[in-house]
Amino acid sequence: MNTISVMIVGVGGQGTLLASKVLGQALVSLDYDVKVSEVHGMSQRGGSVVTYVRFGEEVHSPIVDLGQADYMLAFEPLEAARYLPWLKKDGVIIANTRETMPMPVITGAASYPENIVAKLSQRANVVALDAMQLALEAGSAKAVNMVLMGVLAARMDLPESAWQAALEKQVPPRFLELNRRAFALGQAHKEE
Amino acid sequence: MKELMLGNAAVARGLYEAGCRFVSSYPGTPSTEITEKAAEYDEIYAEWASNEKVALESAVGASLAGARSFTAMKHVGLNVAADPLFTAAYVGVNAGLVVCVADDPAIHSSQNEQDSRHYARAAKLPMLEPADSAECLAFAKRAFDISEQYDTPVLLRTVTRIAHSQSLVETSPRVEPPLRPYAKDMQKYVAMPAVAVKRHVVVEEHMEALRGLTEKIDLNREEMRDPTVGFVASGAAYQYVREAFPQASVFKIGMVYPLPVERIRAFAAKVDRLYVIEELDPFIETALRAAGIALAGGKDRTGLLGELSQYRVRKAMGASLPPTKTLGETLPGRPPVMCAGCPHRGLFTVLSRMKLTVFGDIGCYTLGATPPLSALDTTLCMGASFNMLHGYAAIRPEEAKKSVAVLGDSTFIHSGITGVVNTVYNLGVTTMIVLDNAITGMTGHQQNPTTGMTLKNVPAPKIHIEKLCEGAGVPVQNIRVVDPGDMKELTRVLREELAKDAPSVVVCRRPCALLKYVKHKPPVRISADKCRGCRACMKLGCPALRFAQGKVWVDETQCVGCGLCAQTCGFGAIEEGEA
Repeated sequence: MNTISVMIVGVGGQGTLLASKVLGQALVSLDYDVKVSEVHGMSQRGGSVVTYVRFGEEVHSPIVDLGQADYMLAFEPLEAARYLPWLKKDGVIIANTRETMPMPVITGAASYPENIVAKLSQRANVVALDAMQLALEAGSAKAVNMVLMGVLAARMDLPESAWQAALEKQVPPRFLELNRRAFALGQAHKEE
Repeated sequence: MKELMLGNAAVARGLYEAGCRFVSSYPGTPSTEITEKAAEYDEIYAEWASNEKVALESAVGASLAGARSFTAMKHVGLNVAADPLFTAAYVGVNAGLVVCVADDPAIHSSQNEQDSRHYARAAKLPMLEPADSAECLAFAKRAFDISEQYDTPVLLRTVTRIAHSQSLVETSPRVEPPLRPYAKDMQKYVAMPAVAVKRHVVVEEHMEALRGLTEKIDLNREEMRDPTVGFVASGAAYQYVREAFPQASVFKIGMVYPLPVERIRAFAAKVDRLYVIEELDPFIETALRAAGIALAGGKDRTGLLGELSQYRVRKAMGASLPPTKTLGETLPGRPPVMCAGCPHRGLFTVLSRMKLTVFGDIGCYTLGATPPLSALDTTLCMGASFNMLHGYAAIRPEEAKKSVAVLGDSTFIHSGITGVVNTVYNLGVTTMIVLDNAITGMTGHQQNPTTGMTLKNVPAPKIHIEKLCEGAGVPVQNIRVVDPGDMKELTRVLREELAKDAPSVVVCRRPCALLKYVKHKPPVRISADKCRGCRACMKLGCPALRFAQGKVWVDETQCVGCGLCAQTCGFGAIEEGEA
């Protein structure tokens, strides 16, 4: 099989690393070759962050490159727009519609682009949802990551048991039920 | 069973399996997790050192004591440790000694983009470079064998994409080499001129032997596929080449110094055109060209800057590229920012308002340079701020009352205290600010000598910053401790200290807002009626504040109730939230 590439993009502190851990764990349990690449340090302080997850028979590069992402999980719409050039021709973007203002916008040096989701939808296959709303339904604003993972899971052909086992392995026990609820809400999300 | 492991965790696993007993490091992205993971093994003594030089010297001592020893650092950390490194090549080892250096091409979290492979050549030390986590584990183990066999420290070089990528590894049990006996050996361990002259001969003999080793070691391998095109690559670049041109022949280098020149010459003879693909400097290319090996291309195609990738390798080779889409408009950037509640925000707001010249340093507080605070004038390296201010004020004495230098608690221990000593000794009158947030912040919350806790979470004596400065000769009345969350008081203290014709140290003490024990207050409340839309609070650069429809709004998911914004409001529109 060809290597499948997933990008997880967002804002430092949004929980992108846990999302990549769960996905990576699910893929390893299914005997794929897997590589996950993340950046620590300065960019984690509220900056633009990106994590790459790749799997297949034999994965070489740990990073997803321009025009290569089969799936992009965007925790924030501006970040989806920023990494659009990384999306494959027929790739899918799963985007949270909740906006987080970057500092140049907060200070008034730049303005936040209007109608990002609509513009993305004109250019790519986009599944947009208010993941924060579903996370709050699950019980915590912090569960946005698992809502988005659930949406991704509904579009990837991996067995449910692998996802559940990965959640159990990567999420601390006291947050497991919350994260399971969020994941299930994401899986059940229907496109409007 | 195979498991997914971070490159850095795999290096730590390699240490464990090799029977390594001693690890001492100073944190630095992207090397930090090696030491954190090593500390999780009970069999390994692991510590945070006060800086990289201290760490390496301790590891040399542990090697002499007969234990396999290790230190890890980022590329610029090796500059700090370069002094012991070069002479460690002369004195050699007793038990194996491995030094990991993690480069950061593309400067994800560093102050420069240096290529540390040059250190191997300059210090005359063998260097291994893994290309994934399995190799991180295996090469760490092999490095100890080579170190003992050739009586030399061994460098293990990674880059961000190897250190911070996870891939599959298979683990093995630990071997437990017995402690090697220590025997006094003045002719080996005392690097004085008469001894060093002779040891240099030994170093060159070792290098000659290592040149023989690299020609036969299995860490270097020839992968013959399509013979029309051949690549020479190592580390991350090897992975990019394999992905960009799966059918091409590749000579994969695992031992980057000394290079297996003769095997590459033989490989060159088997392919029609040979290219070197490497990140940063033409380290491999220059050596091959010097050896008279004909290359069809190298740096002329890939350039000297940043990281490579499969896309960049294909582009460099003129191959077809996948189509890409864009939104078709300029997007606002999203630079990293100080967190909501960050104790540094109060200080930099005050410094910015006082229009001071500010010498900065390395840490989260480097973010004080970015808008809207724009408070920093300089950032050079760890510990530089106090000394740059000292030199600046020596030439422009009138500026001493309008300038300050800042650095953090961990940086103060690393190499800030030497600056205090130097300033006092040389009759300097500058104002030095220590940002004591009770943790090493940027690298992800490591303990340090000022926190009272070791890497293994054992309580330790807490180094007292004020007393240390007092001992260095800073007049005790000029050593001030202030909460940077109280901007009025901080301004008053800074004015007093800047006015003095004597050196001062101002310790801004408030713990990092991300520390688990820090209790946050409820979000502030903003009265839309009272808000005049003057944006004074927006000058804080707080990610929890928004300006819309002519008013300021608080993002309650981000606000931690530090109340700094309330201090900036002249209309009483912002009140601290109630529990």
